[in-house]
Amino acid sequence: MKRYFRELSVLGALAAVLVGMAIFAPAFFSPQPLLSLLTREAPTLVVACGMACVIITRQIDISVGSMFSVCSVCAGLLAARGWPLLLVLPASVALGALLGAVNGLLVAGLRLPSIVVTLATMVTLRQGLNLVRQGEFVNLPDRIQWFGLSQMAGQLVLVGASVVFLVALALAMRHVAAGRFVYAVGTDAEAARLAGIRPQLVTFLVFIFIGALTGLAAMMNLAQSPQVQPLSGAGLELKVIAAVVVGGVAISGGRGNLWGAFTGLLLLACVSPALIHLHIEAYWEKAIQGAIILLAVVADGLRARGLNR
Amino acid sequence: MSPAPLLALRQLVKNYGGVRALRGVDFDLQAGEVHALLGENGAGKSTLIKVITGAHQPNGGTLTLAGQRVANLTPSTARALGIACIYQQPALFPDLTVAENLALRLEATSASSRIDWPARRARAEQWLARLGAEISPEAEVRSLSMPEQQLVEIACALGAGARIVIMDEPTASLTQKEQRLLFAVVRDLRKNGVGVIYISHRLEEIFALADRVTVLRDGQSVGTHAVGDIDEAGLIRLMVGREVAQIYPAAESTPGHRVALSLRAVGCRASGVHNVSFEVRSGEIFGLGGLVGAGRTELARILFGLTPADSGEITLHGQRLTLRSPQAAVAQGIAYVPEDRRRHGVVLELPIAHNLTMAIHRRFFPTTWLRFGAERALALDFIRDLAVKCAGPDAPGGSLSGGNQQKVSLARWLATKPKLLILDEPTQGVDVGAKSEIHKIIRRLAKEGLAVILISSDLPEVIGMSDRIGVMGGGTLRAILPGGSAPHDVMAAALGTTEKGSV
Repeated sequence: MKRYFRELSVLGALAAVLVGMAIFAPAFFSPQPLLSLLTREAPTLVVACGMACVIITRQIDISVGSMFSVCSVCAGLLAARGWPLLLVLPASVALGALLGAVNGLLVAGLRLPSIVVTLATMVTLRQGLNLVRQGEFVNLPDRIQWFGLSQMAGQLVLVGASVVFLVALALAMRHVAAGRFVYAVGTDAEAARLAGIRPQLVTFLVFIFIGALTGLAAMMNLAQSPQVQPLSGAGLELKVIAAVVVGGVAISGGRGNLWGAFTGLLLLACVSPALIHLHIEAYWEKAIQGAIILLAVVADGLRARGLNR
Repeated sequence: MSPAPLLALRQLVKNYGGVRALRGVDFDLQAGEVHALLGENGAGKSTLIKVITGAHQPNGGTLTLAGQRVANLTPSTARALGIACIYQQPALFPDLTVAENLALRLEATSASSRIDWPARRARAEQWLARLGAEISPEAEVRSLSMPEQQLVEIACALGAGARIVIMDEPTASLTQKEQRLLFAVVRDLRKNGVGVIYISHRLEEIFALADRVTVLRDGQSVGTHAVGDIDEAGLIRLMVGREVAQIYPAAESTPGHRVALSLRAVGCRASGVHNVSFEVRSGEIFGLGGLVGAGRTELARILFGLTPADSGEITLHGQRLTLRSPQAAVAQGIAYVPEDRRRHGVVLELPIAHNLTMAIHRRFFPTTWLRFGAERALALDFIRDLAVKCAGPDAPGGSLSGGNQQKVSLARWLATKPKLLILDEPTQGVDVGAKSEIHKIIRRLAKEGLAVILISSDLPEVIGMSDRIGVMGGGTLRAILPGGSAPHDVMAAALGTTEKGSV
């Protein structure tokens, strides 16, 4: 209980928001808008899971937004050429993994700071994409949107898939040895090395992992609209990092879990619809999200000071 | 009667918690004197420096500077009173120039005042010239060699008006030529009336440079002599000066005949270890003694694949090994309990159970489903077996005392069922009770047939626990002595004053 206080407090905040909405704006809970909200957030959730792993390893990846755009556009072009969905999906995942491997190689192989490396790849990928595509949209064949299903079925598939993925990964982080390596490396890389773990390999694999997840998320997003906008992933990195940090994953590594990241994501995602239902100006959205992030960071700071005393 | 000494310490006492680091030190330093301070590891030299430089407050005794009794010395008042310390690793700003480094120590300016660059440069030149140092004030400190950096430190100290200069093992990382340069500077300081406290493990330096020498042992000063009145043997006798108390558990078994580990002319250029040859048998505790910096931890790091050997041959149970990484070493059944357990032995944030299984996951990487039940059972077994005092397997590593952390660190490696166990300072910073428990565990492991390498700076421990003692110095094995040897012989071998000893 005490150990998961941080996660539970975010869950409590989310519950408070939901109860508040139930009292003041019950319309928030009408099924179709709620399902749409969850569908929109499904790709973000997948990337957030990867980001949680990266941050637990005491690294960061701010290139996810650009990787997302590159994967989206490439997958869109392949689909437009008539590739079947069953080939486009793995292609997008593989492309993401490849881009992640570049980050991983630079961070783990050359031991460069991940913030600088991924800042560089973020800008390079983004500008490279702009240069090649000149901002052009890609029109998708009909069979891609909602996987050729009805909208409702497509939404359910996406939300279901993201939840299954979350549960599987959260269990794996706890129950598979590899998950514990991620925590060990993030807490104390040198101690992990002396225990026979290879910190650089773990770091490399984690970057490949988040790349692959970003490729997957790009596909999950692709299925939601008739065309691909080259700017679709812009700002994704901030959204994802915010969710993970609000959810109690320590930016200093080694602490936190995916459930926390999930609740953090939901809490931030609720802000916008809640404002609409409460008839508050939408300008408040970013301010409130910012305040939540600040609160989370302050809470972590106080907690860290408490530990050091 | 000579004039009032620059510095006089009387019956200085310093306790850290329950540990008595200094228990009555008397020490005098005259102007124009080089006074050497000698003692084995843990004798209290570092603590004494910390008290003299004001970093730590003594718990008793008096400190007198030029006839004035000083209480509540702080680092800034110590500096103002003319006390400067040159550490082995100079504490300069590597990205600033020599002149800027000097200015940071010497110029008392507010943040907004204008910098007089020509004056700054001129002052740097002046102090460097006084030391006979050919260093450009415009050079970045990063580009200087180690002795040049030490000269800059000394310039800072003199520029600040230091009357007392403490040098802590200044020659440890210097070449012969650089040493001679440094000695010339020290002699020059003496001529100018500066008092130098010179700390070194190298006896020949002390005889070459010092006027007097004071020996510390177990936190006490056991004698001050003019260097002309004492020889090497006499100094070693003062440093050791005691019999090994019979607090070590008796060996319950004799080592087997089977050779477990064999090293032949092993060396590693990167870490300075060269030409090390010895054998460890199954069930044997092979102690590695020597002074700090002798190359013992470096040797352990070779055996654990952290800094791979680039020459020689290592065999374990007859099989030749190439140890390029810790993973390779673990796979071959080598376990290493590292020196600095707070930093690298136990992950303080993780539960004890996770800490315990950390080294055995490796084999299953990356797909095994963890069996929490089995992990817990294993943890409980070890907690019972090694008598780890803790709230339970889920308690974080950081909640344990030093001795119990060490047991967890040890248990992690015992869980790998190793063939060779390397213990690096297993009882450092551990209280007496836990220490003797750890000794009993080590004995038991040897009895069960494990080959153990025990690295310890605690001379009685090495002598009392080991079946044989390899004494290291200068990156190589100087001698192999039988367990229970006289401390005097071990110390003499560590200091390199004799060449005796055989396998």
